[in-house]
Amino acid sequence: MSAPLLEIRNVSKRFVKKLDVAGKIAARLGANISEETVHAVDNVSMTINKGEVVGLVGESGCGKSTLGRVVAGIHNPTDGQVFFEGQDISALEGVRKREVTLAVQMIFQDPFASLNQRMRVEDIIGEAPVYHGLTTRSEKSDYVDEIMEKVGLDPSLKKRYPHQFSGGQRQRIGIARALAVKPRFLVCDEAIAALDVSIQAQVINLFMDLREEFDLTYLFISHDLSVVEHIADRVLIMYLGRVVESGITEEIFDRPVHPYTSALLAEAPRLDQRKREFAPIKGEIPSPLEPPSGCHFHPRCPHAIGDCSRQAPALEVVRRNHIAACHLRERFG
Amino acid sequence: MPNTLEVSGLKTHFLMRAGVAKAVDGVDFSIAKGEVMGLVGESGSGKSITGFSIIGLIDPPGRIVEGSIKFQGEELVGAPEERLRNLRGNRIAMIFQDPMMTLNPVLRVDTQMIEALKAHQNIGKKEAWTKARDTLGMVGIPAPDERMRAYPHQLSGGMRQRVAIAIAFLNEPDLIIADEPTTALDVTIQGQIIHEAQNLCRRTGASLIWITHDLAVVAGIADHISVMYAGKIVEQGNIDDVIDRPAHPYTVGLLGSVPSANNRGQRLYQIAGMTPNILALPKGCSFKERCDRRTKTCEVSPEAVERNHRTFRCHHPYFEEVEV
Repeated sequence: MSAPLLEIRNVSKRFVKKLDVAGKIAARLGANISEETVHAVDNVSMTINKGEVVGLVGESGCGKSTLGRVVAGIHNPTDGQVFFEGQDISALEGVRKREVTLAVQMIFQDPFASLNQRMRVEDIIGEAPVYHGLTTRSEKSDYVDEIMEKVGLDPSLKKRYPHQFSGGQRQRIGIARALAVKPRFLVCDEAIAALDVSIQAQVINLFMDLREEFDLTYLFISHDLSVVEHIADRVLIMYLGRVVESGITEEIFDRPVHPYTSALLAEAPRLDQRKREFAPIKGEIPSPLEPPSGCHFHPRCPHAIGDCSRQAPALEVVRRNHIAACHLRERFG
Repeated sequence: MPNTLEVSGLKTHFLMRAGVAKAVDGVDFSIAKGEVMGLVGESGSGKSITGFSIIGLIDPPGRIVEGSIKFQGEELVGAPEERLRNLRGNRIAMIFQDPMMTLNPVLRVDTQMIEALKAHQNIGKKEAWTKARDTLGMVGIPAPDERMRAYPHQLSGGMRQRVAIAIAFLNEPDLIIADEPTTALDVTIQGQIIHEAQNLCRRTGASLIWITHDLAVVAGIADHISVMYAGKIVEQGNIDDVIDRPAHPYTVGLLGSVPSANNRGQRLYQIAGMTPNILALPKGCSFKERCDRRTKTCEVSPEAVERNHRTFRCHHPYFEEVEV
């Protein structure tokens, strides 16, 4: 078998908040302050094969967007490597580097903030392909028309500015912009979270259609379990920078092993559950500045035992196509 | 005993230079004591404006042009501002999507809570402080004594929403209007907030209007559901009836567009087009341009019909084929 389309190996991303001048002076004078480090992503590995849709699920602050940005090449990983078709992308140069950069595109959550308000739609979509020589300046107009049609936008609107469009249409513009450079891999960061229910369905269907038409591979980042369950082939569950469970969608949703996954699934409201008792897990996601020792989830976990606060569990195989990081995985598995 | 709330023929319009925006255009519903009603709709459907109308927070150019809102038998439309102020935060409380709309960023939590209590009750400061702290504990805030001294910015989003809910429940109101209170929160926090709201309503016997776009949340908590579209309630009834056997094509479409385990990997049903501009609503049924069941009769605006334990506005409801 050939190399997976994308692979990340032991990737970590840390953000360090440096001390300002006052802080440095205070530290020198003996104040108890030091640089603050956030472990946004902590030693995550995953592979994504061609044509797959991988869902990345977690609550806010768990590092899922950061991981998406590392994959899309917006952030460089602090540690670890990202491979595209088996090649380490940090070692690439020249033409091949540009190819890989263009092949991975990202679609952002906020269709209001991610489009330049002062550019016409035609230029938002057409700028990058002209620059990268995928089309010429004289053919740009036709090129943009074609892509707008693909994402269900009326090409006659291309002289307009983003503010003249609704939220759903703007998200389509964002998708068109990503598609314009003929990517092979799309990172969708909460790409439908800001949309209304009926528009969400339209955009989800659009993603599915584009997947078939352009043979795309997706990393689909979302906090919405029902959306991920709907479109993903495989799912990764993140908690505080680490992957706690991953596997094929049916496995994760039907036989979750990690208590955090079980809790997430239990909390998610569903249409077929009426007048239910919500029995929430306690507490909130802790600050990534001071993550708990051992398993990050142990302070909220109803099953925690002594080991959980001492040692971080490793990801281990539970079943075929299913791994989880929990000391008690045998009990739940 | 009268219903906690009876809204009939409510019309809230915004008179603007560009025209009249009929944000709420003929809404009827009633809520009995202790009932939970889910008010569902997409952005711009008028669901929040309905909530604001009940609590009397419509500012010009908006105006309640017609209809009546009866709270425990008392007419609120046209009631003097002083009476409304007396009811707000006391008998009727509102929880907003953004807790910072409720909270004052420059006042400590205790100051704000004691103020809310003293405004409506003849209560000493010490007693008020104790009551405020107990209410914070009730909504599941750990170490409420410490949190009382915190400023809103020192709290996380979920904590802020809890404080806002605690303030809403402080005076043990009879009606609570919750406007998308969990939309901005994570799933586990959303579960906690719904849990607290459910408990408090049960304990105090308060009625609850839960405004949201999320059908799954409503399915989990509501007794009744009202689905709004372009300023009108297009379908309302018992939660099981509406969700299991929807009548209106819009409800059918909304339910079909929710991804779930049953349609894993399949195409979702999609409602064509987008929500119409309320400044230029089509004539007749406002859903007709997106509806695949439209006929000539849809040029006439459908009246609310009551059948099979529910009310709906549609000339071609779904269940008719099955029944006849």
